[in-house]
Amino acid sequence: MRGTTGKLLGVAAGVALAGVLIGFYVAGWLAGNSVPFRPQATGAPGSQTVNLTIQTVAAVGPTLAPNPDWVSYLVRDNSGHWQRQTVWTLPANATVHVTIYNFDGASGLRNPFLGQPEGLVGKELIDGKPLTVMPPDQPSHTFAVPEMGILVPIAPVADNAKNPCGYAPCALSYDHRTITFTFHTGAKGRYRWQCFVPCAAGWIYGFGGPMQTVGYMDGFLNVV
Amino acid sequence: MSTMAVEVRPPAWRRLIGFNAFTGIVLGVGGYYLGWFVGHQISGGSIGYYASAADQNDISVILGYFFGVIGFLIGLGFGVYPWARLRGYPPSLREKETQGTSRYFGLCTDHKVVGIQYLIGIGLFIFIGGLNAMLIRLELMSPTSHVFPPGQYLTLVSMHGTMMMGMMTSGILGPFANYFVPLMIGARRMAFPRIESLTFWLLMAAGAILTTTIFFGGFPTGWTGYEPLSDQANAGMDSYLVFFALVGISMCLLGLNMLATIITMRAPGLTWSRLPMFCWGVVATAILNLLAAPVLVAVLAMVMLDRTAQTSFFLVSGGGSPYLYQNLFWIFGHPEVYILALPGFAIVLELLPVFARKPLWGYRLAVAGMLGVSLMSWLVWQHHIFVSGINSDLRPFYMLSTEIISIPTGFTFLCGLMTLWRGQLRYTVPMLFCLAWFFNFLIGGLSGVFLSDVPSDVTTHGTFFSMAHFHYTIMGGLIFTFFAGIYYWIPKMTGYMLNERLGKIHFWLMFISFNSTFAPLFAIGFLGQPRRVVTYPHNLQFLNQWVSISAFVLGFSMLIFIYNFVYSLLFARVKAPANPWNSLSLEWQLPSPVPVHNFDRIPVITEDPYGYGSPTPAAVPAPAPAGGSA
Amino acid sequence: MSSQPVTHAGPAHGRRFLISWIVLSAIATPLVAILLGPLLPPGNGSSEATGQVFDNEVLVAVVTPVCVFVLLFLVYALLSFSNRTGELLDGPPTRGDTRIQVTWIVLTTATVLSLAAFGTYELLQSGSGGGQGPTAAFAPSGSSKALDVQVIGQQWEFTYRYPTFGGVETPHLVLPADTLIRLHVTSLDAIHSFWAYQLAVKADANPGTDNIAYVLTKGPRSFDIHCAELCGLWHGYMFDTGQVVGQSQFAAWIKQQQAAFAPVTKYLPPYATTYQPDPQRRAG
Repeated sequence: MRGTTGKLLGVAAGVALAGVLIGFYVAGWLAGNSVPFRPQATGAPGSQTVNLTIQTVAAVGPTLAPNPDWVSYLVRDNSGHWQRQTVWTLPANATVHVTIYNFDGASGLRNPFLGQPEGLVGKELIDGKPLTVMPPDQPSHTFAVPEMGILVPIAPVADNAKNPCGYAPCALSYDHRTITFTFHTGAKGRYRWQCFVPCAAGWIYGFGGPMQTVGYMDGFLNVV
Repeated sequence: MSTMAVEVRPPAWRRLIGFNAFTGIVLGVGGYYLGWFVGHQISGGSIGYYASAADQNDISVILGYFFGVIGFLIGLGFGVYPWARLRGYPPSLREKETQGTSRYFGLCTDHKVVGIQYLIGIGLFIFIGGLNAMLIRLELMSPTSHVFPPGQYLTLVSMHGTMMMGMMTSGILGPFANYFVPLMIGARRMAFPRIESLTFWLLMAAGAILTTTIFFGGFPTGWTGYEPLSDQANAGMDSYLVFFALVGISMCLLGLNMLATIITMRAPGLTWSRLPMFCWGVVATAILNLLAAPVLVAVLAMVMLDRTAQTSFFLVSGGGSPYLYQNLFWIFGHPEVYILALPGFAIVLELLPVFARKPLWGYRLAVAGMLGVSLMSWLVWQHHIFVSGINSDLRPFYMLSTEIISIPTGFTFLCGLMTLWRGQLRYTVPMLFCLAWFFNFLIGGLSGVFLSDVPSDVTTHGTFFSMAHFHYTIMGGLIFTFFAGIYYWIPKMTGYMLNERLGKIHFWLMFISFNSTFAPLFAIGFLGQPRRVVTYPHNLQFLNQWVSISAFVLGFSMLIFIYNFVYSLLFARVKAPANPWNSLSLEWQLPSPVPVHNFDRIPVITEDPYGYGSPTPAAVPAPAPAGGSA
Repeated sequence: MSSQPVTHAGPAHGRRFLISWIVLSAIATPLVAILLGPLLPPGNGSSEATGQVFDNEVLVAVVTPVCVFVLLFLVYALLSFSNRTGELLDGPPTRGDTRIQVTWIVLTTATVLSLAAFGTYELLQSGSGGGQGPTAAFAPSGSSKALDVQVIGQQWEFTYRYPTFGGVETPHLVLPADTLIRLHVTSLDAIHSFWAYQLAVKADANPGTDNIAYVLTKGPRSFDIHCAELCGLWHGYMFDTGQVVGQSQFAAWIKQQQAAFAPVTKYLPPYATTYQPDPQRRAG
């Protein structure tokens, strides 16, 4: 019956449309994923060394993100460019030397306990000087991997600094603090890291927005 | 019945102009941008305190949604009658349109059209919610490899729960009560036909708004929206708030309409003791709808104020308390879950006599059970927050009240089971779904006994155990009876039968995969996995994978249903007799599909519709018009 | 439409069913209690855990006959009362039986009330490890000598303070064995929930609230800590492992923690049961 062919075509078109819409829908959910950054490692497997260079900025700026005034971590990739990528792949049982250039001002800790570095090999150095504990109103950010027991408070650029960096990526000619530390990755796994300083201005308790989004102030360490 | 046909139909593009859904969408989108603009005028590019970026301006988002909904409703034509009344025109009933599929895409005062609109509309949004569930289970197949970033996963979880809860509260009352309550009580219409259509379109607007949350970053709080996390969330939270507020308004009006109809518009002779069980269930549910939904709207309004006007209802630093939110939410939330469960009871008790060919056993006890559940549901809400630091003296009281609510629930079991006793059971597809209800609600209800016991609840609160409990009661109780209602009533609504063999395949696949999906969740919860987590201990991976695969099969069984639906109603088109189930209920004495004006003459009722097995044939009400095989 | 009623005159179905139910329940209940009992959570890592296991066992024992009743009823009815011929036959026009209704009401009410009473009794023992709010009404005996430990929930980590040891704060929870502990659970931001699975303790961490839970530890063991209330992005990762160690080991451990965290302890606010951190942060 000719009506049946018409109906069949209609149903087929409907199913195709539904399939396309569902495809877009699912793809949309997957879109947040990105390729993790893998810094170069030297040395024999099982005892490798990795260098990681990071900067923290007050605002990401219009070139790098859909949210231009969100704070963020950026990592320097193997070709020297700064990328807004917070998922890093590290070898297991390796020694990781980290350098963080901070271009952001102080926000302060909600829990002062988080001002004492933990879980590091040796001491945390701020502009070359070792840190025992940071007073709670000073930290600009923290780099913390709770499952690995790592906690690193990050020193601020002074409020009255003459040459602050506005938008990322920030060149080292702007005012900044240099924080260096070393930690050891242990067993394989996927460990999350986060910032503990309520630095998301404008959200309740400073913990909304960039503080709750992977790619800004949160990320993963894929230890493989 | 009008036999006059419209002579010449205007061309399609011409038909699009006028008050209908298309105009509604156009005005809705326009309204959204108007609201967005007004919001920015109020608060500028950024509000100093709590919203730092122009793209996170909560006032704009909320006003945008509200103006959008108002535009949508005006475009549909809901403003026409109030405007006419304001100008002094006398009250009138709008003409019911007699033909054309365009009735389904606008404001139609025919309750039968609204019933079908609800069925399709809710089905569409449930599909999206179910798709989210499949994605959630995909993510949970491994504790370490993640398919979705954790923020997206939380939004998936939240959207799934919110969409399902919002849509299924009207899941049975929407399609089936709207269509069949007037037919069962011998009326030609509902008490408030325009409000009836309004409840449907509000729900559709709400569903569309919830899906737009993805464009605003989603929301991380789960369907319960606990403060202060909901204060901290991105603009996507506003989608949730507006969605639920609209759902609450829709629920309240739906309950109002049902109560007014059943109380005032019963046919002569239809006393309360002859009222069909389905209508009693609708009454019990409508009372909760009417009284609980306003609490929801109020608490959501408070959250919106907290997020926009910087009040601190729920922020400790400003003198508020998160306990206020928890208590207000659950004062709504517990009657809400009975709004979900009671229609299931109603359908089971309505269908069992038909398929056991026996009167409903214990009519008064069953009514007492439903009204008892309705009443008790107000007194139990703190069992959701036993360990949250509420005054510990209250907990024995709530433990007692929660245990007591299982007594009226048990009445439904007793009456249903005894109706089966010594009956002549016919295992049609609707009957199979009703029988599955007994099994599912038994497990759901008994697990509720564990959760109501405070010491046991200390370990199981907030774990997959409570997830399994409410999925067994809500999905096992409500969704199964929803399908029972579909298979039972589609012949009356459309005039065509759904394929029985496909229906049985659907049932068995769904029943087995449903139990395979949710039964292990009890164990997973007992073994220590909390809710809404994206990672879990490795030793639970096997169970999680089992659950995920079963969930995919469960999703597939829904596809079989959709195939059956489309195939039977579009292609096979087996004409349904007027009374394929040989039911004595009033709606089955009419032809299929039901004529626009329902009854030629309003019947006079002389007994309840459960007169099976009587030595004398049951008194059949007013003869149906010629054309149906009576 | 309706036709000659057919009663299943014949075997006394009711009596048959009741006897089968009683026999099956008598077999199933002890079986379930013995086989399932030891597997019930949360184990016996603490006195509260043992109490909860007992509670669960009683519930399982009460629930089994109910479950058997309904399932057996369904099976019996579906097997015995099916319409086998396809003819449209009716069942008998029974609309109720007062005796059955009254018996049912009495039995269900009695069961439910005794379950509630039993649960209350269990709760009265020690609060069963649940959070009881600032005025915990169900304190076990000897609570005046309990060791106070504060659990601070924040996004997204638990930290722990020991007020009787100089208010030192530590990132991991270590508790002495065979000691009554009074946990004060609070939050600095959103609502979290401190759940120590093997110790059978769960108490929500609400900002501005001191949620007290009691636990009487037993022998040395480790226990899993999870956050049990959705608190944002890393809720699923807010877990930890705690330890119960011998009392002398605990004393040594706390001394070592006090020394290790001495630099930061002077910056901590004085110990209080609730903290009110400033919710607004200036732009970084």
